[in-house]
Amino acid sequence: MVGLSALDKKLGRDLIRLWPQALATALVVAAGFATLIVGVGARRSIEDTRTAYYDRHAFADVFATLTRAPNAIERQLAQIPGVQLAETRIVQRGLLDIPGSSAPASGLIISYPDNSAQRLNRLFLRRGRLPEPGRTSEVVVNEAFAVAHGFSPGDQFHANLNGRLRKLSIVGIALSPEFVYAIGPGDLVPDDKRFAILWLSRRAVESLFDLDGAFNSVLIKVEQRHDTKAVIEAVDHLLARYGSTGAIARRDQQSHAFLDSEIQQLTAMSTVIPPIFLAVAVFLMNMILARIVALEREQIGLLKAVGYGRLSVAWHYMKFVFAITAIGCLIGAAFGTWLGRGLTRLYANFFHFPFLVFSKDVDIYILATAICAVAAALGAMRSVVSAFSLPPAVAMRPPSPPHYRRVWTDGVLLLRYLSKLTVMSLRQLAHNPVRAATTLTGLALATGLLVTALFNSDSIDLMIDVSFHQTARQHASVNFVEESPMHVLQDVRRLPGVLAAEPYRFIDVRLNNGHRSRRTAISGIVEKAELSRAIDNSHQPIEPPRDGLLVNARLAEVLELKQGQVVEIEVLEGKRVTRRHLISSIIESYIGLGAYMELSSLNALIDEGPKVSGVHILYDTSHEHSLYKAIKKTPIVASLVLQKHSLKKFRDTVGENINTITALYIFLSSIIAIGVVYNSARIQFSERARELASLRVLGFTNAEVSRVLLTELTIIILLAQPVGWVFGYVFAEAVTEGFKSDLFTIPFVIEASTYAKATLVVMAASAASVIIVRQRLRHLDLISILKTRD
Amino acid sequence: MADHAIFDIDGLTKIYRTGAVEVRALDNVGLQLHSGEFVVLLGPSGSGKSTFLNVLGGLDHPTSGSCKFKNQDLSVMSEIDLTLYRREHVGFVFQFYNLIPSLTARENVSLITEISSHPMTPEKALGLVGLSERLDHFPAQLSGGEQQRVAIARAIAKQPEVLLCDEPTGALDSKTGVLVLETLSAVNKELGTTTIVITHNAAIRLMAHRVVYFADGKIARLEKNETRLDPAEVTW
Ligand SMILES: Nc1ncnc2c1ncn2[C@@H]1O[C@H](COP(=O)(O)OP(=O)(O)OP(=O)(O)O)[C@@H](O)[C@H]1O
Ligand SMILES: [Mg+2]
Repeated sequence: MVGLSALDKKLGRDLIRLWPQALATALVVAAGFATLIVGVGARRSIEDTRTAYYDRHAFADVFATLTRAPNAIERQLAQIPGVQLAETRIVQRGLLDIPGSSAPASGLIISYPDNSAQRLNRLFLRRGRLPEPGRTSEVVVNEAFAVAHGFSPGDQFHANLNGRLRKLSIVGIALSPEFVYAIGPGDLVPDDKRFAILWLSRRAVESLFDLDGAFNSVLIKVEQRHDTKAVIEAVDHLLARYGSTGAIARRDQQSHAFLDSEIQQLTAMSTVIPPIFLAVAVFLMNMILARIVALEREQIGLLKAVGYGRLSVAWHYMKFVFAITAIGCLIGAAFGTWLGRGLTRLYANFFHFPFLVFSKDVDIYILATAICAVAAALGAMRSVVSAFSLPPAVAMRPPSPPHYRRVWTDGVLLLRYLSKLTVMSLRQLAHNPVRAATTLTGLALATGLLVTALFNSDSIDLMIDVSFHQTARQHASVNFVEESPMHVLQDVRRLPGVLAAEPYRFIDVRLNNGHRSRRTAISGIVEKAELSRAIDNSHQPIEPPRDGLLVNARLAEVLELKQGQVVEIEVLEGKRVTRRHLISSIIESYIGLGAYMELSSLNALIDEGPKVSGVHILYDTSHEHSLYKAIKKTPIVASLVLQKHSLKKFRDTVGENINTITALYIFLSSIIAIGVVYNSARIQFSERARELASLRVLGFTNAEVSRVLLTELTIIILLAQPVGWVFGYVFAEAVTEGFKSDLFTIPFVIEASTYAKATLVVMAASAASVIIVRQRLRHLDLISILKTRD
Repeated sequence: MADHAIFDIDGLTKIYRTGAVEVRALDNVGLQLHSGEFVVLLGPSGSGKSTFLNVLGGLDHPTSGSCKFKNQDLSVMSEIDLTLYRREHVGFVFQFYNLIPSLTARENVSLITEISSHPMTPEKALGLVGLSERLDHFPAQLSGGEQQRVAIARAIAKQPEVLLCDEPTGALDSKTGVLVLETLSAVNKELGTTTIVITHNAAIRLMAHRVVYFADGKIARLEKNETRLDPAEVTW
């Protein structure tokens, strides 16, 4: 291998000589590498951290909620086959009055065992201590809430617990595996200021809520290798008479499901985005190496003639792309790690783990390097094979001059009427269709990637419009602690500033269609509703049916239901009847598994007479403070959902995420556009330097000569745009599909302005690279080029 | 042959510096060239002929001295003005034809006629070089001599005042070379274009009105032919 060191020197010099092209390509590889390790790494971070957290803090497998059961039942629960551990507790809701905030916050009150240690869903106590048994004034709060308000142990606030206003002292600040993602009632994104989890001593909760010797919530750890489904059936059987709405497994537990959906989104992103960069890297490697091998035909012939083997010559060129790839991988590793850390920090705002670090496992980096190397080898393949098979004798002869032909475009475009400079560009384009197509595809991918990143805002705008302006148009929703008789509507109407009030009811159900089945709640809404309405997919209000069910697209999809088909409704409350109803329409709603019915028909279903879960209200905002004050004192109110607040929080949170992601993608797509345009222009420049120099000698100005070079590129850039829009549409659709979950669906809309923005960014990046190449034209050495043979 | 000077060259010096090495490609050259003249430049390799021609053609700036084209000093002109000068007044023919491969013969010529103020038609220019039959051929479909004649047609089509040719027959066999020389001579006679030809073939000197001998960046000798030889009589 001694002889190869000379070749290695050549390799080094080639890299230095072609550094801008090599760097542009390496950056595309880097982007592919970075997005790959961010996608896989972030996903693994969440998964591994979650698993470890669940293990160490004994996260339950099965969760059940009921009205009230005597403590003695706990023994029976523990005896169910497959149950390893069963723990009972009390979970209640109450309004919180926080100093400094006028609007009431919602609290979820959870009992903490007094006599034994917590066995399931164990707290991670960050600061302070646990509540003393029986102390009704001592409370441990979740960390996010404490941080949002700047609370420390010792701080106090008020809570309306079971109708009585109580002063609570914070004794500890904790995290729970049950609330990694904690979202308040009616909110779309977490609002840590307005939603709190409070742990109080079991005895304190029992006395506060008149539940002596009883429980209303069950956690179960299932033995390993035991069927969770069988356990759930047995639990349901046991608890049905205590008002259980049916036990759920982890996958239906809110926090767990949100983490699942995040993992699913990361998977969707990392299957769509990195391949785009790798595909572009393949194109670029192909372009660059083809040009180098073409330029070095004679050198290849010489090397072979003096005795270098075909393999060592081929390997020399392969090493060139591997060197570029190695640089790309290094940059990508640094950039990806930085990006991954940033993303993990972003996650830490939503997902409350005791710790969350970006997973920097070596195997991810090795895998990403291997994938990039394969992409590079694929790109180099064509040229390496031609270097390998070029016979020395042929290689020493100059290539025959390019044969141009009149092409079909000559007739169509009436070339004789165009300037000859334009004709040159068009013939060049037709002469090298493969490269033109490659360049076009690369640029189209850049545009497509941008569309994929930018369409998110369109979706969110539509989501906001549908959710807040067309369906849930109330200012606030007052949720009651338990189902209340219809006459409370009058009481709510009398609250200060209330302008309109509309009752609603939720009933937990299981909807079945053959073997397809989902747990959800049916919302009962009133006819001719002004506040909470359902709309069809052309956004027209649609009346809730008396003898049918409205379902949203996601529910229809997972149950494989169409309009006019029959669904089985298994009511999980009251007498637990089962009814069959017609799907009267599919409605537009992007959140959860939505199902709607007319309120009195829904009440009839559960056979309980007219009852309501809460009331939607519209109020005069100038009376806001007195309204809030009155509500804080109302015993039966469990939570107050403020639409304006939810919307603002949603806008802020999602908006911030989208801005970050958009900036990142504009940067990444620009790398693609610059890489493609720069390389393509440089290669053309190299191939046509002689021609361009001739034109300069003949008296054409720099501007005119650059036009020859740029007309072709401009045509390709323009043609790439509609193709890019199609790519963007396809990618965006794939991402939307990949993001779909039972929690929410991202509506698939792309506004015309999004396509335009994507195109503008690609054009700007292209223009920048073209300007760089144009600089070279100024320094073209006319004389030396003309002195040499082609 | 009109008697006023089209080029007035005085003290023309061109120094190339590569590192510490200094090459005097042109060393204090002075010369007057007359309108309509057919001049042949001779001299050993490296004697500065191409450098001289490139300065005359506005491709290169001299280090010092002046080179006046009709009282305009090329040595102080900006890059843009030199481009315009080449565009309006100069026709070039090189050893390697430098045709645009993606344009046909006719199109290569109209490339120039489209941007000049009083051109002849591309067909006429190609007729002058005897290529009326090859108008729509691409360079790759033409022989070397034919390509060089297209290059000449391209150079003369705008009816330039000067035609600068650097070894126009260098890449051709003798028969084809004679054809190209005949073309140059005919153009000079019919259009009155001042023609300057660099060559290594001393026999060609017999065709010229004047012969300039270069050596070591200087003009070694000037020679005037009282009687000129017909290109066909030139022996290679
Ligand atoms: N770009 C350059 N850099 C350095 N030296 C140069 C450069 N161009 C020409 N020279 C030198 O200037 C001198 C004159 O060169 P020129 O090309 O004018 O010679 P020539 O008479 O045309 O020779 P030939 O008959 O071989 O074409 C030579 O010594 C040459 O090496
Ligand atoms: Mg020369």
